[in-house]
Amino acid sequence: MKRTLSIVLIALLAVSLPLFAQGGKESAEGEVYFLNFKPEIAEVYTNEVEPAFEEATGIPLKVVTAASNQYEPTLRSEITKSEPPVIFQVNGPVGLANWKDYAAPLEDTAVCSMLSDPSMALSEDGHVYAIPYTVEGYGIIYNDAIMRAYFALPDKAVSISSAEEINSFETLKAVVEDMTAHKDELGIQGVFASTSMAPGSDWRWQTHLFNVPLWAEFRDKSGDSSQALAAAFAAKTFDFTYSAEFKNLWDLYLDNSVSPKGLLGGKNDADSMAEFALGQCAMVQNGNWGASQILGVPGNTVADSDIKFLPLYMGLEGEEGQGICVGTENYLCINKNASPEAQANAVKFLEWLFSSAEGKDLVTNRLGFITPFNTFSAEEQPTDPLARQVTEWMANTSVKSVPWTFAGIPSEQWKADFGSALLQYINGSMDWDSVVKTAQDSWAREAQLAGR
Amino acid sequence: MEKSIRKWFALFALPGLVCFAVAFLVPFVWGFILSFCEFTTITNASFTGFSNYVRAFTVDSYFTQSFVFTLLFTVVSVITINLFAFTFALLLTRNVPGTNAFRTIIFMPNLIGGIVLGWIWNVIINGVLAAFGLNIMSDPKFGFWGLVILMNWQNAGYMMVIYIAAIQNIPQDELEAAAIDGANGWTTLTRIIIPSVMPSITICLFLTLTNGFKLYDQNLALTAGQPNHGTEMLAMNIFNTFYSRMGFEGVGQAKAVIFTIVVALIALIQLRFTRDREETA
Repeated sequence: MKRTLSIVLIALLAVSLPLFAQGGKESAEGEVYFLNFKPEIAEVYTNEVEPAFEEATGIPLKVVTAASNQYEPTLRSEITKSEPPVIFQVNGPVGLANWKDYAAPLEDTAVCSMLSDPSMALSEDGHVYAIPYTVEGYGIIYNDAIMRAYFALPDKAVSISSAEEINSFETLKAVVEDMTAHKDELGIQGVFASTSMAPGSDWRWQTHLFNVPLWAEFRDKSGDSSQALAAAFAAKTFDFTYSAEFKNLWDLYLDNSVSPKGLLGGKNDADSMAEFALGQCAMVQNGNWGASQILGVPGNTVADSDIKFLPLYMGLEGEEGQGICVGTENYLCINKNASPEAQANAVKFLEWLFSSAEGKDLVTNRLGFITPFNTFSAEEQPTDPLARQVTEWMANTSVKSVPWTFAGIPSEQWKADFGSALLQYINGSMDWDSVVKTAQDSWAREAQLAGR
Repeated sequence: MEKSIRKWFALFALPGLVCFAVAFLVPFVWGFILSFCEFTTITNASFTGFSNYVRAFTVDSYFTQSFVFTLLFTVVSVITINLFAFTFALLLTRNVPGTNAFRTIIFMPNLIGGIVLGWIWNVIINGVLAAFGLNIMSDPKFGFWGLVILMNWQNAGYMMVIYIAAIQNIPQDELEAAAIDGANGWTTLTRIIIPSVMPSITICLFLTLTNGFKLYDQNLALTAGQPNHGTEMLAMNIFNTFYSRMGFEGVGQAKAVIFTIVVALIALIQLRFTRDREETA
């Protein structure tokens, strides 16, 4: 009896061990695993894109979305797994430098040949490794209804009569400060939405707002606006020549805000967007990806036709001719360590998404991308008001868009350091000179660590 | 019987040993080796020697800064948690009505996870500070005291239960004898109660000490180390080094090794110290 029992137990152990070792569920052969960067549209991917693609081609698709500001850590842990992401994203040349050991060459794929401007792709040593999939723009989003109400005031202090006439920091400042003085009549709590500084929410400042002085400095150094990114990407040092201009707009945001300075450390970007959507403020700095955060908010009071962009005027010379900031930090790579079948399927997925009628419909109307692909006609552009504004600003020949130069920032650590310094400046525990010094020192250190 | 135990011991211990090896030994040794390497993903590393250990201290001062912060926090929280827990235990072992209800209420916060508690206190503290136009991110000292309050809230109840069990185990006749001999409350406490519960004090000190050092989720939910790394504790600094800085994976690993050694050392010293007092008591 005892003997039988021990035999049974041993058999049980023997059977359970390999089971334990295997763990997890086996995923389907050749599955396309896409690690998505954009949390705003995570649900569109899982609820609409996944089933549509599987139905069209029979290839299983799995889209996983990294939490806001957690893409790099998520990618780092996911890519070591036995079923790694097949499609992942890098944010530009700096990102590609980190991940180029994992990126497969893409020059022979259909997606690559669909680019209207092939030079937009990221290449190294004659191979294309990353393909941009969306062009985005940002600036100061304003609510034209509130602006019209302001310009209709009999005792306004400025001579202009519409928000479209604002074309320099001087006018912007005059308008904003006068609006603050009249905020009760206008029914707003502040002109600008809260300058969100909660952990993970400071990217609108340390990356996006900072882009303008960064671009201006490297435009001067390289002598050409289109060379600014390349110059920034190679720069060992950063002078912050235009720190005073950055401070102009930064202080304007802080002094005319919905929230007092002491509360900003707890605000996140969704709070700011909600304040704008609810009509508590007239302006918020953000890009066209924020459309869903305005239109989708319950209690939204802003009409589609009233949502418009202003460039980030901060007192640079000749800024009347400056447009909004247009560019991309969204490049797709295919993981060359994934199974060949999965890689081939990934190419098929991208081709389907950006060239089939069904895929294009999802891209324009549900994902809301302004794509850089020639498979999209002029009519096949997103219809949300901010995306339309971006295309209008891009088409406006009297201004020149500011290219996204922040992809040349040497590391994520630089952004974290600069963001912390900005928060300390708000809290009053750091003066502006120290903020500038932090930006310079951190750049020098990170550039050296990055091997420049 | 004895013989068959010896005969089958290895086989039956095997599943446990395999689990221990898979979940602890292998990662530990691997992590130790990785601390001498440069790598992006842990399966693809190249040896670089001690440079990671040097860079942990030279590239920025955040590691030493978070070390000091963690040490301060641990000292303060160990003292306050144990004081509160012991006081509660003393109060709730008297025959007063409602003892059970109070014990339950005080123990309850321990059932809530660290992240949730962190968020709850984040909201409470911000709510209070908002009256002054401030925020928990405004000054590192808010984050520090917030963490102390949070940890007291969470752990005092747990430690209290341990102390209650110990106090209830003190033989009643010793206390009676003391009372007959005319010992006052203070003498009874210092001469009878504290020496008798010394083993529990060891356990509680040990638990609060290591808890303080290893704290992560409460730290993350309450302040996430802001402002400017001012409330960043060791575990968070290590995590951020490893995951948020490209090229610093090995440095994070080196910090983790230092961290493990320090925590192990402190715990050993503390254990030895209180053990000695237990024996003499």
